Amino acid sequence: MTGGSDYASVVARRDEIVRASVGIDYARYETGTVGFDYERLLAEAGCDLDEVRRIQRGTAVGDTPLVELHNLTELVRAVSIEGRGARLFVKDEAANPSGSFKDRRAALSIHEALRRGRAGVAAATSGNYGAAVASQAAKAGLRCIVVQEAFDSRGVAQPEIEEKTRACEAYGAEVLRLSVGPELFYVFLRVLEETNFFNASLYTPFSIVGIETLGVELVEQVRAAAGRDPDVVVVTHAGGGNVTGTARGLRRAGATATQVVAASVDLAGLHMASDNDFNRKSFTTGHTGFALPFTTWPDRVDVPRNAARPLRYIDRFVTVSQGEVFYATELLAELEGLERGPAGNTSLAAAMALARELPSDAVLVVQETEYTGAGKHPLAQLALAREMGIEIRRGDPRENRPGRAIVIPDHPSGVAVRDVDLDHVRRSYLRHTLEALPAACELGEADVTFLCDETRWDEARVRRELEEVLHDGA
Amino acid sequence: MQTAERVGDGTWVEIRQEVLQPGERAPQVPDDTQRVPLELRARGRLVGGGAPGESVEIETRAGRRLSGTLVDASPAYHHGFGAPVPELSAAADQARTILSDRRAGRTG
Repeated sequence: MTGGSDYASVVARRDEIVRASVGIDYARYETGTVGFDYERLLAEAGCDLDEVRRIQRGTAVGDTPLVELHNLTELVRAVSIEGRGARLFVKDEAANPSGSFKDRRAALSIHEALRRGRAGVAAATSGNYGAAVASQAAKAGLRCIVVQEAFDSRGVAQPEIEEKTRACEAYGAEVLRLSVGPELFYVFLRVLEETNFFNASLYTPFSIVGIETLGVELVEQVRAAAGRDPDVVVVTHAGGGNVTGTARGLRRAGATATQVVAASVDLAGLHMASDNDFNRKSFTTGHTGFALPFTTWPDRVDVPRNAARPLRYIDRFVTVSQGEVFYATELLAELEGLERGPAGNTSLAAAMALARELPSDAVLVVQETEYTGAGKHPLAQLALAREMGIEIRRGDPRENRPGRAIVIPDHPSGVAVRDVDLDHVRRSYLRHTLEALPAACELGEADVTFLCDETRWDEARVRRELEEVLHDGA
Repeated sequence: MQTAERVGDGTWVEIRQEVLQPGERAPQVPDDTQRVPLELRARGRLVGGGAPGESVEIETRAGRRLSGTLVDASPAYHHGFGAPVPELSAAADQARTILSDRRAGRTG
């Protein structure tokens, strides 16, 4: 494959580069103009659950402990009305080899890279997934390149990402650190083209089926510990893989009545591609800057068809503030002896609020933790925030303003969730679908069926909403 | 300030490239990002020696050769924890008090 290495030329070759790098012919799964056979894509490109478990156990991934949070439960009950306050559990995913649930995804990607005889793997990620891919690649004897968005134009690194740079390098990976901007994808495409390494994308079927084991283990462990299925599972939501894989695992284990709640840190007002805002976010993932675009437009990623399709699985979508997540992180350390996160504790902050709505015999599970350490810690984030002129104080979490004020709740009763209107998100999804529709193309029957699966609306509702979106756009 | 001392062949170093210039940024990026270059930094073993500010070549841990401007030899990790945040420890103290009061009330 030849051609220019300038931005426009490389981005124009995107489809062929990506196809070669993941080895999946996505066109085979198309059922219409926008529709594709999602279940067949996952079934054919992934592996069955027993095989996934066997692969993961081969590299000590998974089988993480489920920990009951007795003190946090008691604290929640102290601020709830009598008879309320669900039992809180957390799945301690920090016990995975590189310290997060991302090892589950990486294990499958590396398995696939080995199966395809690639010499190495590459991943575009500034988060835990980079460390997970580097760790799994190290075990498999594959070379590894991780491309990160790491620092602003002043050269100031986001401390959590600097820790991820260190972790990737500790596992022997080459790390390309970039300043702020979505053109990271251009650099990544050039790496793929030059090396022919396997694209360990977060959004392939391999990466998603790798998370299903988390949901299955969680149900098995809750049944053993509490003699019932989990009533609610709260998932920190960013790119959509965590929600998708976990919810699919819950279904596989037969926990069909369990409510799946997606939780994101509210970063409203901060621009994700802004050099100025980069070090004002205090969070590198689990936030609305990823969650909203990825939920309303999942195919915006580095593969043609994203295997993470969160709208299919989310029963309720809530946000929490930055200060509430730091608060939950502090309480997890000081009341439960678990120093974890912070970003992964987004779901824990939401859980503290949601548990107050539930009866005391209900079971609410926070489905992940992540390791903590230098840079990847509330102290490091708050120190940087102070340097950036952001006010930090105790108070009413509703006064938290991303980029201006981080408000640590002045009482546990102040922790609350804000609901995101899922119908609004679904309409936005349909708008993106129509905007991406090639000129002179119309939606056929198979497309409408696909959109029903995507939105969980019936056919009449999908057709009506499509008409309204078209009308609004005209 | 960096000393301009030569760095020997095989030393672990950091290089810098400007991948895109301000006028070449993707159209969708906001103005503040448009005004600055897209910068890349990579680390590896220096091939053949060089001095800070010079154009050099490195071999990365993935076995690739990359070229760029030499910016640092034996680059350190500077991230840490920073100062204690009293707002957090005070919040934890309050939570402990709420818990102990509740437990005392139940047993007493």
